[in-house]
Amino acid sequence: MLTTDRVGGVALALIGLFVLFESRKLPLGTLQNPGPAAMPVVLAVLLLGFGAALVALGAGAARLAAVGWSEWRHAVAIFGVCAFAALALERLGYRVTMVAALAFLVGGVERRGVVFTLVFALALALGTFFVFDTVLRVPLPRGPLRF
Amino acid sequence: MLETLANLGLGFSVALSPPVLLYAFIGTVVGTLVGVLPGVGPLAGISLLLPATYGLDATRAIVMLAGIYYGAMYGGSTTSILMRIPGEAASVMTCIDGYAMARKGRAGAALAIAAVGSYVAGTASIVALMFLAPPLAGLALRFGPPEYFALLLLGLLVLAYMSGGSMLRALAMAALGLLFGMVGIDQMSGYFRFAYGVVELGDGIGIVPVAVGLFGLAEILATAGQPTPPAVIKPRLRELLPSRREWGESAAPIGRGTVLGFLIGVIPGSAHIISSFVSYAIERKLSKRPEEFGKGAVAGVAGPESANNSATSGAFVPMLALGVPSGPIPAVMLAAMMVHGVSPGPFLIKQQPELFWGFIASMYVGNLVLLILNLPLVGLFVNLLRVPYPILYPSILVFSVLGVYAVNGSVVDVWIMLLMGALGYVLRKLDFETAPIVLGVVLAPMIEMALRQSLAMSDGRYAIFVTRPIAATLLAVGAVLLLLSLKPLVMHTLDWRARLALAAKREEHS
Repeated sequence: MLTTDRVGGVALALIGLFVLFESRKLPLGTLQNPGPAAMPVVLAVLLLGFGAALVALGAGAARLAAVGWSEWRHAVAIFGVCAFAALALERLGYRVTMVAALAFLVGGVERRGVVFTLVFALALALGTFFVFDTVLRVPLPRGPLRF
Repeated sequence: MLETLANLGLGFSVALSPPVLLYAFIGTVVGTLVGVLPGVGPLAGISLLLPATYGLDATRAIVMLAGIYYGAMYGGSTTSILMRIPGEAASVMTCIDGYAMARKGRAGAALAIAAVGSYVAGTASIVALMFLAPPLAGLALRFGPPEYFALLLLGLLVLAYMSGGSMLRALAMAALGLLFGMVGIDQMSGYFRFAYGVVELGDGIGIVPVAVGLFGLAEILATAGQPTPPAVIKPRLRELLPSRREWGESAAPIGRGTVLGFLIGVIPGSAHIISSFVSYAIERKLSKRPEEFGKGAVAGVAGPESANNSATSGAFVPMLALGVPSGPIPAVMLAAMMVHGVSPGPFLIKQQPELFWGFIASMYVGNLVLLILNLPLVGLFVNLLRVPYPILYPSILVFSVLGVYAVNGSVVDVWIMLLMGALGYVLRKLDFETAPIVLGVVLAPMIEMALRQSLAMSDGRYAIFVTRPIAATLLAVGAVLLLLSLKPLVMHTLDWRARLALAAKREEHS
């Protein structure tokens, strides 16, 4: 039966295997003088062991089918907006990126009115830029048009 | 004793200087606002606001961040009492009787008891911190790499043991966090590990994107699509004074919560969360009318609120004296201090006494500010809860991206936050705790360095860990904890951690 512990255990074991595979590029050293790969290898083996134990002992955990994912559309939209922000931040500048991201979230995802969306997005993006960049001197990216 | 008082005098001369006082004030107000917002707990709050302290000197920055920390702890109780939504995890128990009191028309009294309990517990635990940290720092001067390795390992084991639910899952999360901490340049050999050509990863994965991703973004991903929160009960100012009977019923729970919270706070783990659960259980057990719990028992608010605030100060003891964070929030505080060029540990008290004692004194001041400020301004904080969540969460997202980017001026950190957010979202769904990951990321380089330095000291002999008394004792305690965690598995019974997890789950679903 698929349970949360078993799914988590398999994922952790796969991460452990991946780290073991990647660690082969680094010197392992000896038991007395461990190299840069030693600690990752030990941790990967531990993770593999914990993953296997979770799979073996995880029958009593909650069933995977019982986990609610009703908000997944919202989550994907928010994640997409954050990914856009990461991609655009240094290309378009902080203010343009944030205005676009906020406009999409508030207007597109949350279905608020156009005027409210624009005022909110502009006020928050420009306001945070003024407070952090201008007042607190935390440098924020400006983009190709210096904006 | 006299020396401590003289040092405290020095601290107050720093803390009561107008600029430091101003930043303590700003920190507590902002912290309370952060605590009131559902989904932005103290951990994400401190991480997000770290860039705002860059222009400040170390003392002001640390004082402000500490203010945010205990302001957030207090702010969490407001939403618990007025909306039955815990602003942060430690306020879960306050929801039960705090909200029940609010429904009976005693919201103001519940808020006042929470505020006074927090103040008393906060102040008393700072006195304990003041007397305990310097001798502990003296002891830590005798620590070499083997002792530090044993202590750090014990810290992770205790965190896993103290986490509600399965120790196996907590240990797996700690191992995952330690693996994340392996990314970057190996300090001993100079090799790049798991960086895949990304130069920014040379310094490793930062604690701020990890904390904001796992705790801030993951919360938004999980809750933004949920139905809107219930209506807020707004207390009137004249209702704020509890009756004589309510004061009487809260005195002993406040005292017990203070002692219990501090003791649990010193131990590694999510101390403030555990302390509030344990305090609630103790108060119910000691009560002459246990049937009132869940229906508006004063002790059910006074005990847990005092305990979680006392634990907040307790958690600073190992961080300031040993330089070892005991949980994810002290870990972020430690990182914040390092950003400002301060290295907590045994030498901090001797080398930067004005910073250490100024910090201690500012905690007294901050607690007083919280008490004076929060009760009259509760109406203002409550209004913040009226901002619809569809407007609130995009604003929090902007601060998340801004805060994470500003730490190093690097988009790579924003990507790390995103990945951690997605990971945190999935882990929440699968019921895995994410706090051990954060601690693992911070401790990984320290543990590895301590291990390799110990082996270099002993010509590769592992016996160094059992022949040195302090290291051997610490490792023995860790081994006992591991054995204790196996007991329910062998005996087929529920231990206290499993019962705690069940209680938390029941409260979440009710």
